[in-house]
Amino acid sequence: MSEARLGPTRGLTTGSGAAQGLTLPQQRQRAAFWFLAPMVFALFCVAAWPLARTIWFSLTDTTLSSLYGGRFIGFDNYLSIRTLESGRVVYRGTLVDPAWWNAVWNTVRFSVISVSIETVLGLIVALVLNAEFRGRGWVRAAILIPWAIPTIVSAKMWAWMLNDQYGMINDVLLRIGAIEQKVAWTASADTAMAAVLLVDVWKTTPFMALLILAGLQMVPRDIYEAARIDGVHPVKVFFKVTLPMIRPALMVAVIFRMLDALRIFDLVYVLTPNSQATKTMSVIARENLIDFDKFAYGSAQSTLLFAILAVFVSLYIWLGKVDLAGDRQK
Amino acid sequence: MSIMTGRALRSVALGALLASFGLPAMAVEITYVSGAVGNAVENFKALVKPWEEATGNTVTMVPMPASTTDQFGQYRLWLAAGNADVDLYQTDVIWAPQLADQFVDLTEAAKDLMPLHFPSIVESQTVDGKLVALPIFTDAPALYYRTDLLEKYGKTPPKTWEELSAIAQEIQDGERAAGSADLWGFVWQGNAYEGLTCNALEWIKSFGGGQIVEPDGTISVNNPKAVEALELAKSWVGTISPGGVLAYQEEEARGVWQTGNAVFMRNWPYAFGLGNGDDSAVKGKFDVVPLPTGGGNDTSAATLGGWNVAVSKYSKNQEAAISLALYLAGPEAQKQRALNEANLPTIVSLYDDADIAAAQPIIPRWKEVFLQAVPRPSAPTKGKYNEASSKFWSAVHQTLSGSGSAAENLEILELDLTDLKGGAW
Repeated sequence: MSEARLGPTRGLTTGSGAAQGLTLPQQRQRAAFWFLAPMVFALFCVAAWPLARTIWFSLTDTTLSSLYGGRFIGFDNYLSIRTLESGRVVYRGTLVDPAWWNAVWNTVRFSVISVSIETVLGLIVALVLNAEFRGRGWVRAAILIPWAIPTIVSAKMWAWMLNDQYGMINDVLLRIGAIEQKVAWTASADTAMAAVLLVDVWKTTPFMALLILAGLQMVPRDIYEAARIDGVHPVKVFFKVTLPMIRPALMVAVIFRMLDALRIFDLVYVLTPNSQATKTMSVIARENLIDFDKFAYGSAQSTLLFAILAVFVSLYIWLGKVDLAGDRQK
Repeated sequence: MSIMTGRALRSVALGALLASFGLPAMAVEITYVSGAVGNAVENFKALVKPWEEATGNTVTMVPMPASTTDQFGQYRLWLAAGNADVDLYQTDVIWAPQLADQFVDLTEAAKDLMPLHFPSIVESQTVDGKLVALPIFTDAPALYYRTDLLEKYGKTPPKTWEELSAIAQEIQDGERAAGSADLWGFVWQGNAYEGLTCNALEWIKSFGGGQIVEPDGTISVNNPKAVEALELAKSWVGTISPGGVLAYQEEEARGVWQTGNAVFMRNWPYAFGLGNGDDSAVKGKFDVVPLPTGGGNDTSAATLGGWNVAVSKYSKNQEAAISLALYLAGPEAQKQRALNEANLPTIVSLYDDADIAAAQPIIPRWKEVFLQAVPRPSAPTKGKYNEASSKFWSAVHQTLSGSGSAAENLEILELDLTDLKGGAW
């Protein structure tokens, strides 16, 4: 309705802007506003509104069977302190739920390890792909395949390969004598996280490589030529020239991956559902939202997940900037 | 709440409207969702063909993941969203109390049919006087054993879990020495999911350790018998059962069994028909007995499973959907299911049916298993059943995978369940 009302107004301002004495920058700003408006509206619908709803749900006692029947209960889903008649003080809520903190720890551990490995591997792959060789286009396309396969499909595929009895990984390792007996990769608490990490690294290293490769191709060739003429050791060239030059691209790639990793769901859900050793924040929030009919409690966990993500990203951007400023001063 | 009543009223009004115009029943498309294991999809197509021909309607089956936990999550979402695309849900025996609000009351429609069924099963699907779903088949697991291997080693099927452990170990050692390196003694379902609740409930109950939460709501799980049962099960992992059993669901266990790599298997009746299929390595080499007992207790226990069909409140074709539900729960469809898939009927008289006895000799014998069936505590725990079950299977899974002893984990479980229970279930 608001758009219908505003529609003609736009015609007026842009059509007779000059007559009304708007300066060129003002006209441009108006044009920019109207170009942005649909996107802002769409973002409001698909991001801001659901987020606001989730936060609201987290402050109520809503259940899935009565989505509109929730009452406001304040922050009880996060933390409630009650004193029993016996005088004992009881703490309840997500913030004192060991299952939640286990999930947070799992997620953070997963994110830090997977993103670190993916960054290093991605960098190596990107450096290789940046070199001139025949068939480079083909190799670049081929390396993207793991990234192109939907996560559910690749997770299921790996689940079969990692199966202890008829999985090919155990078969290969047994044949080459690397293991003595079949290992239950996804079942045992010791290896479950490693299995999830393995599949994630396999899947997202190409993505990292591609983003870093884009950064590498922006580095002017003449710097390398100058370095070569000066006889600088290639390792030194990498640390003194390549790394600083691709740093912005690297930072963006890492932040993308970090955001992705912190909200990981599908891989864990398919590969090791319900395992305490790998349960992440998204998995536990879904479990409460859907399986346990604790919709409000799950919403509180989703809200906390959002908050943790926001803190992580802000911290990262802030720390990144501090570093960058330091570089500039030198 | 008012929205739901509004929807219900509207659908009733619509039905009345159609009836008052005397419209001929138009051919409609009915959507049926169900978990699918083995060759469930082909079987279902054949099963509903007579109904399709009789009514002119068509039925589409949407196969869902085999894990009941996954199915439940999806169904709960669809129902909460008032999904009108699905007309019928195949529901697990434990879901009735949790989803009762979302399904049509079938008491009136099925008043002639229900007296034919086992009263206890009908009871399990009745919530506050409302018949939530119609039973289509029941399920109770049994112990599958390899007749050829037991004969070779001169053994009889085990009566106790301790006996089973010893026989499994002996045959496994013997066969491995003879060159079958992949042979395992016993496969079951140890993944952290609803199936582990079933397995562990059987161990504990057959040791005389109660049924987690008793029918009156008492939390009974922390007791020496239960500890003993779990400690025995823990000793299987990595000895007579592969370490990977902790990630097995029904199909993984059947995979090991049906390729001829297990001496014993705990599984549901569906594995009987498939195990005798032409592509099965164990065809004609196995039989079933009731699950063993343990710890000196003399009655065994088999978790009562089973599936039912419920009509969604949001279905646009409720009349046709109810007709299909009645057909699926009726004697004709149940008999066909029994003949083709070895599904246990819920209609009492079918256990004496000559055709079934001839085609699936196992079914009349399963009556014996069925008599020892023990329900999961879904009735006393009501809407909190899923969470209670999840806490139970987590505690068991932790024990089996070696993080904490059975005694420690059950003590914490008791505390968690008490917290979950709060004032009342």
